[in-house]
Amino acid sequence: MRPGELVELTATEAVARCGVDFTAAELFDAYRERAAADELNAFTWIAEEAPAQPPAGALGGVPLAVKDLFCTEGVPSQAGSRILEGYRPPYTATVVARLARAGAPLLGKTNQDEFAMGSSNENSGFGPTLNPWDRTRVPGGSSGGSAAAVAAGLAPWALGTDTGGSIRQPAALCGIVGLKPTYGTVSRYGMIAFASSLDQAGPLARTVADAALLYRHMTGEADPLDSTSLGHPDGEIALPTAERLDGVRIGVPEELAGEGVEPGVLASFEAALRTARELGATVEPCRLPHAPHALSAYYVIAPAEASSNLARYDGVRYGLRVQDPAHPDDLVSMYTATRHDGFGAEVKRRVLIGTYALSSGYYDAYYGRAQRVRTKIAEDFRAAFADFDLVATPTSPTVAFELGAKTADPLAMYLNDFCTVPASLAGVPAISIPSGLSEGLPVGLQLIGPAFSEARLLDAAHALERAIGFDGSAARA
Amino acid sequence: MPEWEPVIGLEIHVQLNTRTKMFCGCELSFGEEPNTRTCPTCLGLPGALPVTNEAAIHRGLMIGLALGSRLAERSVFHRKNYFYPDSPKAYQISQYDEPLCLGGSLGDVRIHRVHLEEDAAKLVHVGASGRIHGADASIVDFNRCGTPLVEIVTEPDVRSAEQAREFLTLLRVTLRQLGVSDVNMEEGSLRCDANISLRPAGSEALGTKTELKNMNSFRFIERGINAEIARQAAILDAGEAVEQETLHFDPRSERLTSLRSKEEAHDYRYFPEPDLVPIAITAEMLDAARAAMPELPAARAERLEGLGVSADSARLLAFRPELGDAFEAALAAAPDGDGQPSPLAQSLANWLANEEAAATVEPAALATLVAMAEAREVSREGARQVLERLVSDPTHANPRAIVEAEGLAAVGGADELAPIVAAALEANPDVAEKLRGGDMKPIGVIVGHVMRETRGRADGGAVTRLVREQLGL
Amino acid sequence: MIDREQVLHVARLARLRLDDDEVDRMAVELSSILGHVERISELDLEGVPATTHVVEVANALRADEPAPSLPRDAVLAAAPAVQDGGFLVPSPTAS
Ligand SMILES: [Mg+2]
Ligand SMILES: [Zn+2]
Repeated sequence: MRPGELVELTATEAVARCGVDFTAAELFDAYRERAAADELNAFTWIAEEAPAQPPAGALGGVPLAVKDLFCTEGVPSQAGSRILEGYRPPYTATVVARLARAGAPLLGKTNQDEFAMGSSNENSGFGPTLNPWDRTRVPGGSSGGSAAAVAAGLAPWALGTDTGGSIRQPAALCGIVGLKPTYGTVSRYGMIAFASSLDQAGPLARTVADAALLYRHMTGEADPLDSTSLGHPDGEIALPTAERLDGVRIGVPEELAGEGVEPGVLASFEAALRTARELGATVEPCRLPHAPHALSAYYVIAPAEASSNLARYDGVRYGLRVQDPAHPDDLVSMYTATRHDGFGAEVKRRVLIGTYALSSGYYDAYYGRAQRVRTKIAEDFRAAFADFDLVATPTSPTVAFELGAKTADPLAMYLNDFCTVPASLAGVPAISIPSGLSEGLPVGLQLIGPAFSEARLLDAAHALERAIGFDGSAARA
Repeated sequence: MPEWEPVIGLEIHVQLNTRTKMFCGCELSFGEEPNTRTCPTCLGLPGALPVTNEAAIHRGLMIGLALGSRLAERSVFHRKNYFYPDSPKAYQISQYDEPLCLGGSLGDVRIHRVHLEEDAAKLVHVGASGRIHGADASIVDFNRCGTPLVEIVTEPDVRSAEQAREFLTLLRVTLRQLGVSDVNMEEGSLRCDANISLRPAGSEALGTKTELKNMNSFRFIERGINAEIARQAAILDAGEAVEQETLHFDPRSERLTSLRSKEEAHDYRYFPEPDLVPIAITAEMLDAARAAMPELPAARAERLEGLGVSADSARLLAFRPELGDAFEAALAAAPDGDGQPSPLAQSLANWLANEEAAATVEPAALATLVAMAEAREVSREGARQVLERLVSDPTHANPRAIVEAEGLAAVGGADELAPIVAAALEANPDVAEKLRGGDMKPIGVIVGHVMRETRGRADGGAVTRLVREQLGL
Repeated sequence: MIDREQVLHVARLARLRLDDDEVDRMAVELSSILGHVERISELDLEGVPATTHVVEVANALRADEPAPSLPRDAVLAAAPAVQDGGFLVPSPTAS
């Protein structure tokens, strides 16, 4: 097969045909060449060559793009930050090692917002990634490099992380599938932390089946190196086959599917709901009364944890060190100069908010209160799932916006996460699939399920994907 | 001027003697080359995560049981945030409002809480170094970083430096008996901070306290606390106010220096460690901790008293487990050793107290020797010689054989001893004269003479009796 | 809501040097963000427990068994300054 044909295969197809119609090395090289010619700035590092040994395992050698923040032994792992520029860790993240053992070799590391803080990839220390649908627009973030690479056919599939929407939102803006699994079902060991109680790794893929296949090999047994990880009760995740949604009860929360959502996005969302009804689902309004407060709670909890997680970047053991020439022998000015030069504006902003929220006299009003809002949001979901199998919302209130459109207004940028943050706070799984185009740009549909319901979520997404018939080939042209 | 009463609370950090660190699988370090016992977790590398060592929890529960603390059903780790080169994550995983154990007491001091945390790295000051512009520099070694620590915080029940030292002595022997730590202050496995304030005697109010940091020997603790009490008293006597600060005591200069200024007052921003899940103390964990509990010094002292030794001896034997063990083994090996109060017990205790080497002797041999001395079959001096043999050559296990072989049997009978005493008096007429006159001071000359003649085998008491008899006193 | 002084205090706690214009900008931006965040103060959260972990796991404990440590070369490989097998830093007591 010609390289051009190879990259048109879905990952699932490639897994099935690799070693029969082409070799793993041919497939790797086809993607490696495309990635090397990347004009989107989706990659921060690309493998020199295919692995010496043909990868064994269920994933058959189909290569994997990995978000920069996953530690990969001997390979730059910089979390999109200048403070970690050139940092090559001495160990590999559990999930990356698991996927390599399953037969998915590392193709490259992808660009991201610095320490996963952002919704546009404009906060990368290594320049923004461009949206393959329109290069004047952002791919979303923070897993923007992974999303753009998969959408543009520079990688068959990719790993991302989602803290408040960082897989689902760029998947939506790039017209691909992104799954944020139940918190704890994928090991965080070796994933450079943003907000530990929210961070979760997940797949970005061209199809729901591809996402399911990758997720199957990310989860399973609990990782003894991650205390918060747990085995998936399903054991092996079933691959989706559903073509109908008969009997599936879908709830639509008015709090997340009305005000603040762009008309074009809303239209696409409503069309998707009609499709769901045609497939046999019941679609009815539901309530998530505390969802409008999710963003507030999130922008306390995530920065608070981040302020502590990012304190280790101090110029002592790895990464950047800047010694203020005016105080060459002073430790504190080494710390403050290193962090001044190494961190970008958004990271500084969140470190300051988080430090403030935890500081003496403010903890109860901010962090303590936000954790209690989190309890209410989880209760809202539990109540909704008593009556509904799934909750549906638009993934992002807008389609991909122009580079620079929101950089001057942090709060406006944060509102991108309005629909995705509630599921993050509740720790429940959520998937974004393309529901169509609005003004030529992809729109994402988000489906949220109860904890550990990934198989059901993937099945429903699979049925909708078939019926919607979204064509993403324009982005690969 | 009022009399000042010190109010002292102690914070003790104890390194636990687990095989591996608190939150990673690195083995604990004992003087290895720097940075050879480290991994992504204890180096605070990006992406690394902690996993709690169950053996540290087990030891923490044993300490709680020993102190009579309330053991939490659920316990939570927090992050204590601060920047310092010895703290690789810039936070210490510690406990805050849900510690492992609450309350309890040891001796006359109440315990406030007991919690688990991780130790910091070691900083070695290297002075001016060419590597950073000839400036003052330090080298960080992370081998110690992540060693499991238990922090024991007392209530402010201590009233003097001496009481502080006594409490620490009791704590050390208790922890050693538990087998949870090497409890060696010089090597840093036991470290003590003291919070000290003064108030007018009789007052219930609390004065401003200072924190005396990291005193690393029992002697320094006593001297440091006394120095701080004197310093505060001088300030208060002068009508001034004590400043809240952290101090370091330099034992060489006996000087106290302030460690941190107030301006840098710490805001540790504690919050629950999201990388760890709560500890739920299960019935199995409690049973395991209870089953591992040895007899503790206070209980042992009480039991030893019941075997017929004085309170002081019992305390000594209980606080020196190696002596206590030798005592109990010898008592059990004695011919009539049946665990009942024994007439032999006190002399055995005295022997061990005076001749610590006796603890190394085979128990039955020790029991036999003490019994022989008790029955005056061998004199005190003779018994000491036998003991020396038993200690220096472990193949000697039969004191009776040594006594016979060396002719050390006591010259105890009056028939044998009387002529020797008579000869001694004859040889020292001036001494005999003084004794007859009622001045007993020079009797030692006669006893010494007899001892020389008998090569120490005579019993001093018997000689004195014979002297009195022969001089008609 | 948040003034320059507060920004500087928090920046000191976070060991973050800010340029002068950054301080002003952060004061404005943090005020706007915290203004939004403070809407949670409207909620009645009486008696509501805090959620630290969304999925209840307890006792993820590790047996006290050694795992290999890293070779020292790997430990020091990324360090900005190294001396005598350790990480070289400006002395904390010098300042
Ligand atoms: Mg402590
Ligand atoms: Zn370690």
